[in-house]
Amino acid sequence: MGKYIVLAALLLAYPTFVGDFFTFQIGAYALLLGTVALSLQVLGGYGGMVSLSQLTVAGIAGYTVAILGDNTTNVMGLGWPWWCVVTAAIAIAAIAASLIGAISVRTEGIYTIMITLAIAVSFFYFVRQNYPVFNGFTGLAGVEPPRFGALYLRDPAPFYYLSLAIAAVFFWAVRYERHATFGLALQAIRDNPRRMAALGYNVPLHRVAAHALAGVIAGTAGVALVWFNGRISPGTVGVDVAIDILIIAVIGGMRHPIGPFIGALVFVLLENFAIDLIDRERFNTVIGLCFLAIVFLSPDGLLGLFDKARQAVRADTPKPQEPRKHPDKLHHNR
Amino acid sequence: MNQVLPPNPNPNILDLSGVGRQFGALVAVAGIDLHIKRQERRAMLGSNGAGKTTLFNLMTGDIPVSQGTIHFKGADVTVLKPQDRVRRGLRRTYQISQLFGLLSVRENVYLAARGIAGNRFSLIRTQAKDALMQEAENCISAVHLDDAIETEVGNLSHGQQRQLEIAMALVGKPELILFDEPAAGLSPTERRDLVRLLKGLPQEIGFIIIEHDMDVALQVADLVSVMHDGRIFKEGTPDEIENDDAVQALYLGDGHG
Ligand SMILES: Nc1ncnc2c1ncn2[C@@H]1O[C@H](COP(=O)(O)OP(=O)(O)O)[C@@H](O)[C@H]1O
Ligand SMILES: [Mg+2]
Repeated sequence: MGKYIVLAALLLAYPTFVGDFFTFQIGAYALLLGTVALSLQVLGGYGGMVSLSQLTVAGIAGYTVAILGDNTTNVMGLGWPWWCVVTAAIAIAAIAASLIGAISVRTEGIYTIMITLAIAVSFFYFVRQNYPVFNGFTGLAGVEPPRFGALYLRDPAPFYYLSLAIAAVFFWAVRYERHATFGLALQAIRDNPRRMAALGYNVPLHRVAAHALAGVIAGTAGVALVWFNGRISPGTVGVDVAIDILIIAVIGGMRHPIGPFIGALVFVLLENFAIDLIDRERFNTVIGLCFLAIVFLSPDGLLGLFDKARQAVRADTPKPQEPRKHPDKLHHNR
Repeated sequence: MNQVLPPNPNPNILDLSGVGRQFGALVAVAGIDLHIKRQERRAMLGSNGAGKTTLFNLMTGDIPVSQGTIHFKGADVTVLKPQDRVRRGLRRTYQISQLFGLLSVRENVYLAARGIAGNRFSLIRTQAKDALMQEAENCISAVHLDDAIETEVGNLSHGQQRQLEIAMALVGKPELILFDEPAAGLSPTERRDLVRLLKGLPQEIGFIIIEHDMDVALQVADLVSVMHDGRIFKEGTPDEIENDDAVQALYLGDGHG
């Protein structure tokens, strides 16, 4: 508990210590990417379903905002009030996620990855080829967050706090849900779906429901991301970005909801600063090597490395009690 | 729910008639008739491959029958799904433990109880004082796993995992439990504990136990059935079976693979 209070204080105070760039481009962006990756952590870490279409779900929410709200592209832009737009965008994202879930839940492992990859690719080509609604290759620009009097949500500090609120709410929700009936059942289904069915659980429906909840998380982040970018185009929902989400989740660690945020921070820092050291083309090589190194050293990502380091330190000091066999338990707060 | 039904004149809890199962050309279970009384404790003996586990799978609905009918408490359950039979009071354990390895002992048993009780999609955490959680704890106590209640199941010893299998079958007022080789791989001490546990189960719980170890089987059972090549080859009291020459020959000989 204490460590979360310290973390919350640091995150709240962060914009007062850094400039606009670090508040907006690094802080807010990492929080939102982390939230999208959190939706993957829920499905992959707790549900055993590695889905490559979580960015697609976020993109569906983003496109919905640009289509139902205002944009400056003269394509769609129906001008609905912002709260209708946001509600509709998250609802449509959840429905789309449920459909993706319904298509993919009867597959396992590599096949889940392939099907969700196929869905991500299809959506990319679909929006690129559709001009009447999605404005094809160019996409939809001039998407603005709502204004509340003098408060402009795209200003760095307000947007950072909005992103922090979204990330924090879902982080806590996932942390809570992990030990709630639905979340326990999801993890048990990951461990032994046949036994869960024999115990009376509707395994496919449970998995689809997990996709729907993850869809709410990804969709909400998608709404904020379209405000962040001010625009959305096929490039936003490309396969390369979908894979970035997977990389973020794996780098951070899929075992605990803090993992995706650690992964997102590392990723965003590398993305912004590796480019100063090396040229653009080599960036993917750097990310790829980091990815490989972390996966090799620790299947549980950076979280796993932290745990190993912590255990090593503990092993050096005299043991008050039997050492923890379970890195997992480090994060159990009951 | 069961209580609102009129009293059933059938004294049997389980009736199989002509139940069979083929896997391709292999006849695993060959037209078995079997009648188990309420509160009866029956042992199933038989060499490897005799069809004992398959017979359990047919009783629970884990695999469908090829022919025959199964009645549980007088009602035809032949085509019911496993979970519907569970809700009527039938439970089983597995020859190879089927547990949720990354969850704790408490969470495993809680999920078994929740599966029967309903509200399986609840987004709320179940509190320790909740009746269902209390029941899960009682079942854990019944198999003497209290000290390991928060342990992750993957870290339990083999013997503890077998105990947990039993705890998961005890939730939600079972009337008949099918134990599939619960003593497999246990040390002599653990075996003794298991026998004590089975003997100490509440009177109203009947069970069928598959057991290779004749000593264990004969200690806990009222009646013994011996299976061979998919058929019930002999039925009798523990004494009769122990002293039966044909059974002895089957157990000591090895001419059947
Ligand atoms: N799912 C299955 N598919 C094909 N053959 C099976 C299957 N399950 C069991 N068998 C076969 O049926 C026979 C009986 O097996 P089983 O019921 O497991 O025996 P027991 O539990 O008495 O050792 C064996 O020959 C086994 O190979
Ligand atoms: Mg068997």
